[in-house]
Amino acid sequence: MANPLVETDVIERVLGAARAFGDFAEVFVEDRVTSSATLDQGRIEELSNGRDRGAGIRVVVGETTGFAHTADLSETGLMAAATAAATIAQRGGGGVRRVALGTRVDHARLAEVLPSDVDKATKVAWLRAANDVARSEGAQITQVQVGLGDSSRRFLVANSEGVFASDHQVRTRFMVSCVAQGDTGMQTGYKPFATTRGYEALTDDVVAGAARHAARQALTKLQARPAPSGDLPVVLAGGSGGILFHEACGHGLEADAILKRASVYAGRVGEQVASPLVTLVDDGTVEGEWGYLAIDDEGYAGTRNVLIENGVLTDYMWDLLRARREGRASSGNGRRQSYQHLPMVRMTNTYLMPGTDDADEIVAQTPYGVYVAQLGGGQVNTATGDFVFGMTEAYLIENGVITAPLRDCNLIGNGPETLARVDAVAADFSMTPGTCGKNGQSVPVGTGQATMRLSSVTIGGTAA
Amino acid sequence: MEQARRLLESARGDEQIEVYLSRGVDTDVEVYEGSVEKLTTAASAGVGIRILVEGAGGARVGSAWAGSLDEEAVADALDQARDNVRFATEDEYLAFARPDGVAPAGMSLRDESVLATPLDDKIALAVELERRVRAGDPRVRQVESAAYSDYVIEGALASTVGVEANYARSGAYLSVEAIASDGTSDQTGYGLSAARRPQDLDLGAAATDAIIRSTRMLGATRPSTRRTVVVFDPRTAATVLAILGGALSGEAVVRGRSFFAGRLGEVVAASAVTVVDDPTDARHFAASNFDGEGLACRRNVLIEGGELRAFVYDTVSARRAGTTSTGSAVRAGIAGSPSAGPRALVMSPGIDNQEEILAAVGEGLYVDSLTGVHSGVNPISGDFSVGVTGLMIRDGQLGEPVREVTVASTLQRMLLDVVHVGADTTWLPGVAAGQTLAIADLAVSGS
Repeated sequence: MANPLVETDVIERVLGAARAFGDFAEVFVEDRVTSSATLDQGRIEELSNGRDRGAGIRVVVGETTGFAHTADLSETGLMAAATAAATIAQRGGGGVRRVALGTRVDHARLAEVLPSDVDKATKVAWLRAANDVARSEGAQITQVQVGLGDSSRRFLVANSEGVFASDHQVRTRFMVSCVAQGDTGMQTGYKPFATTRGYEALTDDVVAGAARHAARQALTKLQARPAPSGDLPVVLAGGSGGILFHEACGHGLEADAILKRASVYAGRVGEQVASPLVTLVDDGTVEGEWGYLAIDDEGYAGTRNVLIENGVLTDYMWDLLRARREGRASSGNGRRQSYQHLPMVRMTNTYLMPGTDDADEIVAQTPYGVYVAQLGGGQVNTATGDFVFGMTEAYLIENGVITAPLRDCNLIGNGPETLARVDAVAADFSMTPGTCGKNGQSVPVGTGQATMRLSSVTIGGTAA
Repeated sequence: MEQARRLLESARGDEQIEVYLSRGVDTDVEVYEGSVEKLTTAASAGVGIRILVEGAGGARVGSAWAGSLDEEAVADALDQARDNVRFATEDEYLAFARPDGVAPAGMSLRDESVLATPLDDKIALAVELERRVRAGDPRVRQVESAAYSDYVIEGALASTVGVEANYARSGAYLSVEAIASDGTSDQTGYGLSAARRPQDLDLGAAATDAIIRSTRMLGATRPSTRRTVVVFDPRTAATVLAILGGALSGEAVVRGRSFFAGRLGEVVAASAVTVVDDPTDARHFAASNFDGEGLACRRNVLIEGGELRAFVYDTVSARRAGTTSTGSAVRAGIAGSPSAGPRALVMSPGIDNQEEILAAVGEGLYVDSLTGVHSGVNPISGDFSVGVTGLMIRDGQLGEPVREVTVASTLQRMLLDVVHVGADTTWLPGVAAGQTLAIADLAVSGS
């Protein structure tokens, strides 16, 4: 980090002050610069820039974590936060010492073209281009909304166990939403593009592709009929969103839920928890994907962790505190929304390893069912394993052929039961970006999978 | 307000400036197994700035924000906002709000006792909440978290075209998630109490809610697929009403994203349905004296006896629709620009309590939790499909528990299919209050 957010000796003194009161102390300093631009109804509506800079300090005493944050990065401001965190961790006394830090490990940013390298006129031109492409797809496209956002986030983390690292994460996003008006009402189409690279990743093709995709989806859905109601086989298209695994088991494999016995997967390492076709990985090292991180927000390297191998549960995901309690290493899954938030166990890029089946064959061998081309979000209750996920572009499969488009609805299942019903996995793997919310904090994640089939899932539509 | 006024003085030429300053203090306590697991106390502050310049073909706006009030950050935001104006498209309807003479309700929504209550007392509330839930029923095998949180927030909004508004609000919450077990499977129940100050929290009610909701779900099975009456409890009914609120936004209407567009004066709901957005009712947790542009909040009747009466507008959407603001600008903190939306929705209560509604319904499904609201409801097309847990209604009473089931319809159909609105208005955090709400003919997907 050419220009450190806070000088090393200041960090050492602040960390020393915080550590004096507890078993563990950590200083997290962050400087995030964001910008966004939106187009709606053909107009560039607004450009906005924002900056958030501050530090979060946590002190752990026994099982208690005290946390305070401040936007004041002076030594006085940081000391005040350290004292507050230590005080609320409920232990007085102890002399103030200095924690000696080694050499800071700086991680090279992945992005080549930084947001600040791109002028606003260029960003605006992309918005207009997407609008033109989307509207050219059909006169029934009545509304087009285009958004572009970027964030440049530098952070520094140091803890009393010697971690001292910095990173510079750049994220770039481009989204197109369309509304199509038909005889039976309005339908929507949406396509996001999101990367942990810089503007080198946002090409004219990406922009036009997203616009075309969103517009065509809305137009196609004008012909949509109500989705079925009840249990059917479901084929998920490759890259439609591995949100199924994110919800059906990902959250249930996070160590915070495990240690509190609030997950159906607690105590099941070594057991068969899914079909043998399921090998599930959480992988912070996939460069460029939305959940990529060189280091997590506790300073630990992003890692590739195999969670389920051939259907057998192999491990959970860990942040530092949960790992310390179990006497093991963090798996690089400690993440936080900003310096104002405590880190917790979060996924990065979660994906199903591709299989060997042929995607077209999977559809052809499904006499009647639902083909999901794009998934929306989802939600899970980790304690019961019950989860839902939404389909935002789907079709009927009749006699092994993809036919009529279906209206949006949720699908519902129970994690372990649904994972046992994976009966085909193809080789056409790809990933989708998403935003994961947990306990009020949002972080970017990737999900991925190849075309696959579930022998039966409950479709929450309205048609008999 | 002084700092906001000072910033307005930096306006150059014919620039209009709007400044929104906000600062807050919050406390979060999470308790686990009788001791504090996490404790956060923090103060934060920030500024959102919008600059508007009028031209021949209309006005243009640029914005910027900073998560601190230090001079350098604020000056930088001002420069960025000014620069951003250049890239916007001129829009004849774009304007900042002008004072419209409507007096604010003058409610006191901030209670000093949030700050005055000792931290130890707040911790004690969360500890006691967890203890009561654990001790309340032997089938409760775990309390995943018991939490106390509170906040005090104050803000000031001022513009060079004469708007000045002060905001001050406080809140305190208790929440708890219980996991009950019958030895073979687990079920969860969430309990909540919300108030403006800690003294008014109902710890017993939050504990009881978590215990009852988790234990009564034990042994839940999947019902068969059918169409039936669905009775939403006040909490889930509030969620449904909040979703509906999106379509009542004048902004969604003028942008062609509401299925209500062009339907003013038409019957869009059953006659039992009257929907009011009333931020001037201090009982609503979302009550506010001023909207997100600094105009006085006011009571707006949106659906009356089933007839669509009005939409809620901010300044720009109102101008686009050829009307005036209804004082309904909402903004998501310092980083968000104003947009039109309902703030404090409530349905006019009916005359029946929940027992009477269940008795009248006879057979159906009672729903007490929803999942997948953001993934299965499309507020533009109106498609509605959510995961639910609840209890079957048998012979007019709550029967066996059910889970892993969805209910589906369209928002348009659901409004017309409302058969009962309860008398049990329940004030909840968020955009909408709720009552027991019975809706006929939803598709239930199960086994």
